[in-house]
Amino acid sequence: MEERIGVFVCHCGSNIAGVVDVKRVAEELGKYPGVAYSTDYTYMCSDPGQTMVKEAIKEHNLSGVIVAACSPTLHEATFRRAGRAAGVNPYQVEIANIREQCSWVHQSDKEAATEKAIKIIKTMVEKARLDEALDPIAVPMTHKALVVGGGIAGIQAALDIANAGYETILVEKGPSIGGHMAQLSETFPTLDCSQCIMTPKMVEVAQHPRVKMMTYSEIEDVSGYVGNFKVKIRKKAAYLDRDICNGCGLCMEKCPAKTPSEFDEGLADRKAIYTPFPQAVPNKPVLDREHCLYFTNDGKCGVCKKICPVQCVDYEQEDEIIEDEVGAIVVATGYDLYPIENLGEYGGGKYPDVITSLQFERMLSASGPTEGEVKRPSDGKVPETVVFLTCCGSRDPEAHMPYCSKVCCMYLTKHAMLYKHKVHDGQAYVFYIDVRTAGKGYEEFYTRAAEEDDVLYLRGKVSKIFQEDGKVVVWGADTLSGKKVEIEADMAVLGLATVPNAAARELANMLKIHTDEWGFLAEAHPKLRPVESLAPGFYLAGAAQGPKDIPEAVAQASGAASKVAHLFAEEEYHREPIIAWIDEDTCAGCRVCVSVCPYDAAEFDDEKGIAVIKEAICEGCGACIAACPSASAQQRNLTDEQVYRMVSAALEG
Amino acid sequence: MRLTIKSEELRDDLIKRVEDLSRQGLLECYQCGKCSAGCPVVNEMDIIPSEVIRLLQIGQLDEALNSKTIWVCASCLQCASRCPKGVEFSNICDALRQMVLRKRLSIPRVDADEVSAIMVSDAPQMGVVGALRKLNG
Repeated sequence: MEERIGVFVCHCGSNIAGVVDVKRVAEELGKYPGVAYSTDYTYMCSDPGQTMVKEAIKEHNLSGVIVAACSPTLHEATFRRAGRAAGVNPYQVEIANIREQCSWVHQSDKEAATEKAIKIIKTMVEKARLDEALDPIAVPMTHKALVVGGGIAGIQAALDIANAGYETILVEKGPSIGGHMAQLSETFPTLDCSQCIMTPKMVEVAQHPRVKMMTYSEIEDVSGYVGNFKVKIRKKAAYLDRDICNGCGLCMEKCPAKTPSEFDEGLADRKAIYTPFPQAVPNKPVLDREHCLYFTNDGKCGVCKKICPVQCVDYEQEDEIIEDEVGAIVVATGYDLYPIENLGEYGGGKYPDVITSLQFERMLSASGPTEGEVKRPSDGKVPETVVFLTCCGSRDPEAHMPYCSKVCCMYLTKHAMLYKHKVHDGQAYVFYIDVRTAGKGYEEFYTRAAEEDDVLYLRGKVSKIFQEDGKVVVWGADTLSGKKVEIEADMAVLGLATVPNAAARELANMLKIHTDEWGFLAEAHPKLRPVESLAPGFYLAGAAQGPKDIPEAVAQASGAASKVAHLFAEEEYHREPIIAWIDEDTCAGCRVCVSVCPYDAAEFDDEKGIAVIKEAICEGCGACIAACPSASAQQRNLTDEQVYRMVSAALEG
Repeated sequence: MRLTIKSEELRDDLIKRVEDLSRQGLLECYQCGKCSAGCPVVNEMDIIPSEVIRLLQIGQLDEALNSKTIWVCASCLQCASRCPKGVEFSNICDALRQMVLRKRLSIPRVDADEVSAIMVSDAPQMGVVGALRKLNG
């Protein structure tokens, strides 16, 4: 049958028509073999424009459609839908890009631009001549999600996915869920207690009938593809049966071995058998083999085993690998603070009274090592003067990180305010480059600190901190008055940069999902797809994607969860059919395609003695097609014949 | 020279006196500089209005009292009408002048002969007269 192709040339206002003679283009194409109808219109993507395409398909009985307009990344989907509505297979609707690749780049030569536009459209007509009618490939899908990371973002994502009706596995590497938010004292700008608002969510996710919570567990391996991931999860040996354990805490009380508590940021000790904090979920301890006297001292201790009333301690326990299948993965692996030791000029890691912001959070927390009293680490004295430093490692492209960590201005303001609430006669200073308060109620919070709590904000970066006569002396500048200043402080708190969690970087490598140069997970589009990874089936939530505060992390987690629910709303996963296929008649079975395929989609069929492509896995990258010596591997709707015809059309004349 | 900021001197009685006399909260100023940017006599000042407030914020009262600025201010209130936080710098200047006059501190005086022609022609007449009256009694 003679093909009947329709050509629709878009003006895009003056974007195209201002450079390309669209009337002439439509006229020229109308004469081209196989073109049954050709026209032009101001905005083809508008409702009337789409209607014009649909009506022309019916009226002229078109077999294929070329819309000559902007990039296919913008409106290919629009016109494929319009084509389908009018009875043309969507894969026989093609876009000829005459805007980004023609009018925008050839504004100085209108005649040449018009000629080029004609050629671009002719090449697409040649392609469309041989386009097959295709259908998306339906792949079975596991309607179960995996959420990696049990901080506030992971908890929220797991809850939202589970509440949408899907089974969810929540994996957390630590002994309890809660993440950094559980460590915080109070939260800006409302000053509600962090644990008070967090623990109900922790309990809810732990008790949710559709959530399988796995703490003290890590992702060992992930294979497969969207809709069909196979995951291996390492359940680390806790050296006790946490199912039997009743959480009585006797073992923790009697354990003789102590080590600095990670949860308390080293300001207090924990036992070798421990729960990180009193509201831990699950409230069952784990035994840290590295610091346990039984393991480090030839089995000479064993107190916990002796005292346990339910006999759940088991020194022989081993790591367990749990295998499961999921359809989507939410990565919410969170952040770390930039190492304080890297801030040598401030005595970071050297002076006991120069502490991190998370240490100060623990100090302010009622459940913290000082029970909420501000006491400096060196001598336990209540500090009368405290200096807070923003941008410690942030906004410093020369020596540290170039980016703004976004939350430090606000949490240091909160710190200064809470310090004043606890030490009324004290004086708080904040050194800053800019005070960034972009958030609802944030600016008001900052002015409250400055006006009501007399926090003195000094505009300048601190050059050095040194110890003298039991003080930490801070040298800085106040650029507003043009003065170098010195403050003899009792304590200094560093607002350290937010960096991706160290373990998260390794995980991103294992999952083969993109990160930026600093290790933050990369989103598929910085504006329009902020909760998805470019790798299909992976979604992003929380500070793993970039520094963010609690409301933003929660919002992103809910966004990621809704994307997962969107994926799971279909019974099967539908993939693009523009993939490779093997001509069984000509394939010699050389297996070159099998060796070059980056997705393991090309496989050797022993029975037939030839290669076959697994449709569910092929991404349509074209590696096998380029490599095949007998041209047996071909891409659907981009066959060698089509490419040859397209090149000929482009070179003609 | 490095300035040592002492917590106990930051909000001492004299600084609070400035706030009482002027009825202005010094810490409300967030140093945007709009007062300085719009002041019609700023060119005659040795330090700009926002900097005077800054000195008071960091406890440097003497430097503020010794500035020519407080005597150049003509109380035209343009700063007050522009301030996004409602701080009236002219009132602060009034307070500082009062403190100087009451204490009979040695102060730099404006000499009528040294008042520039531009100031005479461009500054509000009331302001020029006011400045000379306050200083040359």
